Amino acid sequence: MSPADRTPLLTVRGLSKSFGDTRVLADADLDVARGEVLAVIGASGSGKTTLLRCLNGLEVADAGTVAVDDARVDFTTRPAPKALHALRDRSAMVFQQFQLFPHKTVLENVAEGPVVVQRRDKDEVRAEARALLERVGLADKADAYPHQLSGGQQQRVGIVRALALRPELLLFDEPTSALDPELVGEVLLLMRDLAREGWTMVVVTHELQFAREVASRVAFVDGGRVLESGPPAQVLGSPEHERTRQFIRRLSHPL
Amino acid sequence: MGSVDWGLALDSIGPLVGGAITGTIPLAAVSFVAGLVIAVAVALARLSDNRLLSGLARAYVSVIRGTPLLVQLFVIFYGLPSVGLTIDPWPSAIIAFSLNVGGYAAEIVRAAILSVPKGQWEAAYMIGMDRRTALRRIVLPQAARVSVPPLSNTFISLVKDTSLASVVLVTELFREAQQIAAFSQEFMLVYIEAAAVYWVICLALSAVQGRLETRLDRYVAR
Ligand SMILES: Nc1ncnc2c1ncn2[C@@H]1O[C@H](COP(=O)(O)OP(=O)(O)OP(=O)(O)O)[C@@H](O)[C@H]1O
Ligand SMILES: [Mg+2]
Repeated sequence: MSPADRTPLLTVRGLSKSFGDTRVLADADLDVARGEVLAVIGASGSGKTTLLRCLNGLEVADAGTVAVDDARVDFTTRPAPKALHALRDRSAMVFQQFQLFPHKTVLENVAEGPVVVQRRDKDEVRAEARALLERVGLADKADAYPHQLSGGQQQRVGIVRALALRPELLLFDEPTSALDPELVGEVLLLMRDLAREGWTMVVVTHELQFAREVASRVAFVDGGRVLESGPPAQVLGSPEHERTRQFIRRLSHPL
Repeated sequence: MGSVDWGLALDSIGPLVGGAITGTIPLAAVSFVAGLVIAVAVALARLSDNRLLSGLARAYVSVIRGTPLLVQLFVIFYGLPSVGLTIDPWPSAIIAFSLNVGGYAAEIVRAAILSVPKGQWEAAYMIGMDRRTALRRIVLPQAARVSVPPLSNTFISLVKDTSLASVVLVTELFREAQQIAAFSQEFMLVYIEAAAVYWVICLALSAVQGRLETRLDRYVAR
């Protein structure tokens, strides 16, 4: 599919957010088309997490607009809970620290949203959840509690929990950075499969290899805005800005 | 000191245990359940963004914790009639104990809710829950686990505190003991026997607490 065929799914304009005196997002713009995988990179503290959290209303921006599909929220005036809810309905997030519900089994974690919030048929949801777990190789863990799983398994459950919500947009905040190095691969491979299946994904990551090989576009965030974005080869290979170049060099050669 | 009057010791066990079964235990159980309901409400009020609500909750906890339970009991049973509100012994005792447990347990419940990581709220919001559903299905169940040990302590204290109900004429374990002791003049024997009955009840409660914790621990790494 060429970019021209792609309809926009996520549109962010002029997004700003301050915590006290610290301006964390400063006029950030972002576009993601349906089926696109956007890798968001940038230094620690540059505002990546805050940007992602604003996309599904976990954080309320001070100004700007976020539109996912037909849900559009203008943050110039404080948005109504209903508007944020509409935004949240269309996306699902995978957290850095997994945030599975420790008092619920794996299956219950996955089914909770669809059954309790979306009020879908319980048996149907459970069947679908089992199929999703099977897909990610965790069929035998359906009745286990999260603490009985490895980090990589927990994060795969986190991803399945997000998928079960049937979102339009998947948001990932450094999904592998809390994992032991040998467990990173299993999660990245699953994400690559999702990308190939056509899921629209925004992935905040420090995994340059993932950005290079899986993302359709890379956005470099600096000082609370998207400094540049484009195809991986361009942004990672011959970036326009010196700041981007420096960041990529530091990430590739930490010593 | 004379020798132990075993006949009296044996004869008084029946009334003492009876007082526990018909007085102490139901008084503690009913007050604890009502107190827990008050506690959850007060804890939520204390955590709410509404200044007035949280201020009222804070004041309530402060008054309850800052005044003796015996005085609270006297205000309700002996004080209220002078403003035209007369309440029978049993309801008086239950009201006083419930309000008291409510004040102490509110702080336990509040701390337990705060101990649930912020990320759990966020995950609940992420899957589309509103605040109320997140609280009910995600946060309170986790807070419950944390609050079992301190709440058990509150309950065990309450069981012993119900002996104060004797001063507002509720017939429970300790009032039985007082009556038997006054009649027989065997103060030492009868009061030690009463103490033993309280102790056995508390031992049983500690055992229940242990089992409850094990049950709730099934989802916690050990
Ligand atoms: N709730 C908050 N209150 C105050 N400051 C915050 C809050 N959340 C984030 N910040 C600040 O905003 C800035 C950007 O944070 P953010 O988490 O978005 O950065 P990030 O790019 O995700 O960084 P990292 O790579 O370390 O995760 C940081 O300076 C952070 O300290
Ligand atoms: Mg971050």
